[in-house]
Amino acid sequence: MRRLTIALPYLWLLALFLVPFIIVLRISLSDPALAIPPYEPIWSKTEGLRDFLSRFDIENFLFLTEDDLYWKAYLSSLKIAFISTLLALLIGFPIAYGLARAPVAWRPLLLMLVILPFWTSFLIRVYAWIGILGTEGYLNQVLLGLGLISAPLQILNTDWAVYIGIVYTYVPFMILPIYATLGRIDAELLEAAEDLGCSRIKAFWLVVVPLSKAGVIGGCFLVFIPAIGEFVIPSLLGGSDTLMIGKVLWEEFFNNRDWPVASAVAVILLLLLIVPIVLFQRNEQRQRDAA
Amino acid sequence: MVNDTSFAPWTDPDAAPLIEFRGVSKRFGEFTAIDALDLKIYPREFFALLGPSGCGKTTLMRMLAGFETPTEGEILIDGQDIARVPPNKRPVNMMFQSYALFPHLSVRDNIAFGLKREGMEAAARDARVDEVMRMVQLGALGSRKPHQISGGQRQRVALARSLAKAPKLLLLDEPLGALDKKLREETQFELMEIQETTGTTFVIVTHDQEEAMTVASRVAVMREGRIVQVDMPERIYEAPNSVYVADFIGDVNLLKGRARQNGSGVIVDVADGVSLTAEGEAEGPVTYAVRPEKISISGERPEMPNAVRGKVIDIGYLGGSSTYHVELPSGHVVKAATANTRRVAARAFDWEDEVWLGWSDTAGLVLQR
Repeated sequence: MRRLTIALPYLWLLALFLVPFIIVLRISLSDPALAIPPYEPIWSKTEGLRDFLSRFDIENFLFLTEDDLYWKAYLSSLKIAFISTLLALLIGFPIAYGLARAPVAWRPLLLMLVILPFWTSFLIRVYAWIGILGTEGYLNQVLLGLGLISAPLQILNTDWAVYIGIVYTYVPFMILPIYATLGRIDAELLEAAEDLGCSRIKAFWLVVVPLSKAGVIGGCFLVFIPAIGEFVIPSLLGGSDTLMIGKVLWEEFFNNRDWPVASAVAVILLLLLIVPIVLFQRNEQRQRDAA
Repeated sequence: MVNDTSFAPWTDPDAAPLIEFRGVSKRFGEFTAIDALDLKIYPREFFALLGPSGCGKTTLMRMLAGFETPTEGEILIDGQDIARVPPNKRPVNMMFQSYALFPHLSVRDNIAFGLKREGMEAAARDARVDEVMRMVQLGALGSRKPHQISGGQRQRVALARSLAKAPKLLLLDEPLGALDKKLREETQFELMEIQETTGTTFVIVTHDQEEAMTVASRVAVMREGRIVQVDMPERIYEAPNSVYVADFIGDVNLLKGRARQNGSGVIVDVADGVSLTAEGEAEGPVTYAVRPEKISISGERPEMPNAVRGKVIDIGYLGGSSTYHVELPSGHVVKAATANTRRVAARAFDWEDEVWLGWSDTAGLVLQR
C-alpha cells in the first residue's frame, strides 16, 4: 500500500510527462513529410536497431541555430517572462502582505477574491483586456474623460499589453505562496526586532523579507515558467513584433506544418526551463544540508 | 536578594524608582485590562508580576516594552514619561514567551542582532556576544540555527539576546514556562545569579507562584487589572492581605467565621465549639486562614492555643511530605502537612484515625476581604 502511494506520483509523471516528451523528442529527430502525421516515421517493425539509430539526425536542432528568429524568440520570451515575473512580484508581495496582516475573520473572503478570477475562463478574461486596453477601450475613455491625456494611448498590440496580460493572469500564483510563508511568520518576531532597536521598516527588511524568501522564489517560478511559454496572451494582446517562443511554436506547427522543427523548438524550451529548476532545487538541497 | 536584608529601596521614601506607573489604565474597547494602576519599581529589583491569565500582567509588561500605550495615566522610566517613545528607542529589552528567535539567523547573529542595530563595531560586538553567551552557558552553539538546538538552549539564546544590549530594564514574559520542572528550577537560580551580577532591573511575568517566590525581590499579585498586593515573597506568603492572595499563593485552609476582639488577639468562631485564635484586630464576618504546614498532627491534645479534634479522611502522599485531610465534627475539612521524616509504612496516622490538630496563634491569619 505504501509503495503504491509512493509510486503514484511517479506513474503520473511517467504517463503525462515522460512519455509525451519522448514522443515529441522522437518527432524532433525525424524529417518533415507530406503525410498524416506530417513527418517520416523513424521506427518501423521491419528494420533493426542499427538502421534506426543511423537515421537519427539533429538537423532540426542545427536549423534552429541557423535562423536567428529562434534564438531571438527565446531571448525575447526570457525577457518578457523575467519582466512580468518582477512586476508580478512587486504587485503580489504587498497584496500577500496585506492578506497576511488582515483580521483573521476577513482572510477567507480576501483569499477568495484573489482566486475568484479563476472562476471565469482564462480566454474570456484575456479577451476582456482587449476591450479595456484598445484605443477606443475603457481605459483610454476614462483617461481622456479625466483630461489626463489628449490622445488615446496605444497600449493594445504592444509589449505593454502582454506584460499587463501576463501579470494579471499569473499574479495569484505569486500571491498564494508568498501569503503562505508570510502567514507562518510569528508576529512576535517583528516585535522582537523592534525591541532590539529596529524601526518598523528596518524590522520588515531584516525579518519579513528573508523569512518570505521561500515563498517569493516559489511564486517567481510559478509565474516565470508558464509565462515563458505563453502563447494566448501575446497572440491576443501583443503586436506583430511581439516575439515569443510560444507564438513561434504555434506557427511552426499549424502554419508551416513543420512538426519536426516545432518539436525541436519545444524540446529546447523544455530544456531551458528544466535547467534553472534543477539548479534551483540543487541549491535548496545544498542549503538544507549545510544548515 | 531575599537574604540581602539591606536591599529594600521600597521602604526608603527618598529612593528614586526606575519605573513608575501613575494612574495607568488600559482599555481594549469595552474591556479594561489595566485599571488605574499605581506602581513603583526600583533599580536592581527583581520584580515579579503574578496572576492568573487575563489579569493584565502581560499588558502591563507590553506597555513597558512599548507595544501598548496606556489609555490613561503615565509611565515614567527614570522620571521621564515614555508614552510617546517607540519600542526601539527605549532602554528596555524583552525576553518573549515564545522566545521569538529569528529562525533565519544563527545563534550568534540572533544575539548580535540588537548590537548591530546600535552600530557597535565588529570586534566589540564579538566580544560582547562571547560574554553573554558565557553568562548564560551557551557554549559552542554559536553557528547553529534556532531549530537545531533544544528548547532549553533556545531559552538561553533568548535570554542572551535580551541581555546583550545591557538594558536598564529587562522584561521576562513567562521566561521558563516552556521548560520542564527540573530545568526550570535550575534556571531560576541562574536567572537570579545573572540578575545580581549584571545589576539589571528585571521584571518577570509569571503565573507560577513558586517561580515568583523563588526569584523575586518583590511580588505583585494581580487580579482583573488591579494589583491586590505588592510585597516581598515571604510577606506575601505569611501576611497576605486578602483571601485572594492567600488562596493564590500556596496551599491554605480558609474557614469563614465571625471575629471578636479578645485583649490583644482575635477569636474567630468558625462553628459551634470551634473557636480559633489569631493576632491582630478584627470584628464581624472574616475568613480565618492557616497554612497546612503550620499545623501539627498528634494523637494527644497538643499544648497550643489552637487545638481541634477530627478524623483523617484522606492522605495525599507527595514524597517529601504528606497532606492529611482531617474532618472536624463541624464538617469542615482542614489540611495539615507534615514532612515525611520516616518511611511511609511507619507513619503514625492512617485513614479513619482520630487525631488532634494544633497550631499557634501567630500561624493563623484573620482576613477581612
